[in-house]
Amino acid sequence: MNAAHARGHWLRRALTALVFGFLALFLFLPLIAVFHEALARGWAASWAAVTQPDALAAIRLTLTATLIAVPLNVVLGVCAAWAIARFEFPGKGVLTTLIDLPFSVSPVIAGLAYVLLFGAHGWFGAWLDAHDAQILFAVPGIVLATVFVTFPYVARELIALMQSQGSEEEEAAIVLGASGWRVFWHVTLPNIRWGLFYGVVLCNARAMGEFGAVSVVSGHIRGLTNTMPLHVEILYNEYNFAAAFSVASLLALLALVTLALKSLAEWRLRAQTTPEQSP
Amino acid sequence: MPTAALTFVSRRAPAVLPGRTLTLGLTLTWLCLIVLLPLSAVTLTAAAPGWEAFWRAVGSPRVIASLKLSFGSALLAALVNLAFGGLTAWVLVRYPFPAKKLIDALVDLPFALPTAVAGIALTALYTPQGWVGRWLAPLGLQVAFAPAGIVVALIFIGLPFVVRTVQPVLEDLSPEYEEAARSLGASRAQVFLHVVLPAVAPALLTGFALAFARAAGEYGSVIFIAGNLPMVSEIAPLLIVTQLEQYDIAGATAIAVVMLAISFTLLLAINLLQGASRAHALGRGGA
Repeated sequence: MNAAHARGHWLRRALTALVFGFLALFLFLPLIAVFHEALARGWAASWAAVTQPDALAAIRLTLTATLIAVPLNVVLGVCAAWAIARFEFPGKGVLTTLIDLPFSVSPVIAGLAYVLLFGAHGWFGAWLDAHDAQILFAVPGIVLATVFVTFPYVARELIALMQSQGSEEEEAAIVLGASGWRVFWHVTLPNIRWGLFYGVVLCNARAMGEFGAVSVVSGHIRGLTNTMPLHVEILYNEYNFAAAFSVASLLALLALVTLALKSLAEWRLRAQTTPEQSP
Repeated sequence: MPTAALTFVSRRAPAVLPGRTLTLGLTLTWLCLIVLLPLSAVTLTAAAPGWEAFWRAVGSPRVIASLKLSFGSALLAALVNLAFGGLTAWVLVRYPFPAKKLIDALVDLPFALPTAVAGIALTALYTPQGWVGRWLAPLGLQVAFAPAGIVVALIFIGLPFVVRTVQPVLEDLSPEYEEAARSLGASRAQVFLHVVLPAVAPALLTGFALAFARAAGEYGSVIFIAGNLPMVSEIAPLLIVTQLEQYDIAGATAIAVVMLAISFTLLLAINLLQGASRAHALGRGGA
């Protein structure tokens, strides 16, 4: 019995060490490498790379696209969750699957799709040209591509949460005479706020970091249609590694903040659901 | 009297929530405009030149090599993630160790870190001068700018999928079942094969399929580390971009349609799997 116990102890240590090795190699080292390379030429050079006009323009564009795409996906995510979690209708399963669709489409294909719609020879290309409007190689195209890849985050999170919560509280409020909007603001929203926050955090991270889809529709015009990830690519391809990693380290910091906020949301969600399970 | 009772009942019964038409209408409109219209543009543009042209575009050796590379390395990376992701979930749920919460949170890093950043960081690590590459170079192993680098990038990208699908299932699986099996004389291997594995198998498969689907379409992290040599280390999404830049719309859309078809089949399989594992969980809960 004692020998078996010792063997179990040994196995436990070996497996833990194996997992630590795997995570160190594939997670921790890349993360450390970003900051190490960013500071290779010192803080001053790193700061200069981040505050250089093209970098600032990229930061501004990334923030603009995110500030448009995330609220759009929040509104539509809440709508989709309300429709799917609160009502029965034919084709509900298909609709839920379609909402998840952007997750399994290559971002490059998403970008290609928008080129086919709005490019010079695309479906709406001639019409856009006649009306002197530009979507591709401009901010609207970048926003559209971002919206496509981030569409599922909020909706998916809220559908699962609202389905698990059920609709008794909302129905009670309606029976007591509250209007639909009042029910949403005072009953639904307080119940789903941490789930919504969780979805927004993930949606925001993906929106700021999206590369493939945005790369296809942006046209890479320096200082004009370059987002932060695209600026990283340009600097890297110019062998300006320290500058590329400096801008990349900003994005890595953003990722760390995202993970912290995500953990907070998970903790609050767990705290919210546990007392309901006890009776 | 009976009529009064009836009206009372009918007024109480279904308290219908408002907003069904509005939210469903908005969702469908948005989905059509943002997702379905663009994707049908891809499909219809690919179909426009006819079947023969489509097959000629897909059948070119360079396209076939890129598709094989994308799906082959995605499969390899997903297999590594299946093994190590399952193991990571097991260690995170069952074994105590310091800084567990921090490490648990960091597992999601690939979801939060922009793919371009992951790509340049991994490249820096695996070049012959890099922290990892300098140990591999004397052994004659080249990772950066070689197909092996693609697999490394895809392992990073897919890492959280298996961990995060298996973890909740393991948390629900009480160690008492394993202890009972052990006390009845089963060996560690038997307990793993007959108690643990059947319980987590659907979650493992789902995580594997999700990691595979994500890896097959991945672009940002791969292009930095791959070397991008046609026929050798050129992935399918990169070939789509290259052909688009050369105004070969038919070629680009043909590859896209093949990738979409494979991804949708996978998505369908994932949904069936999730349905099956939910039914399995319900059946267990009821018994």
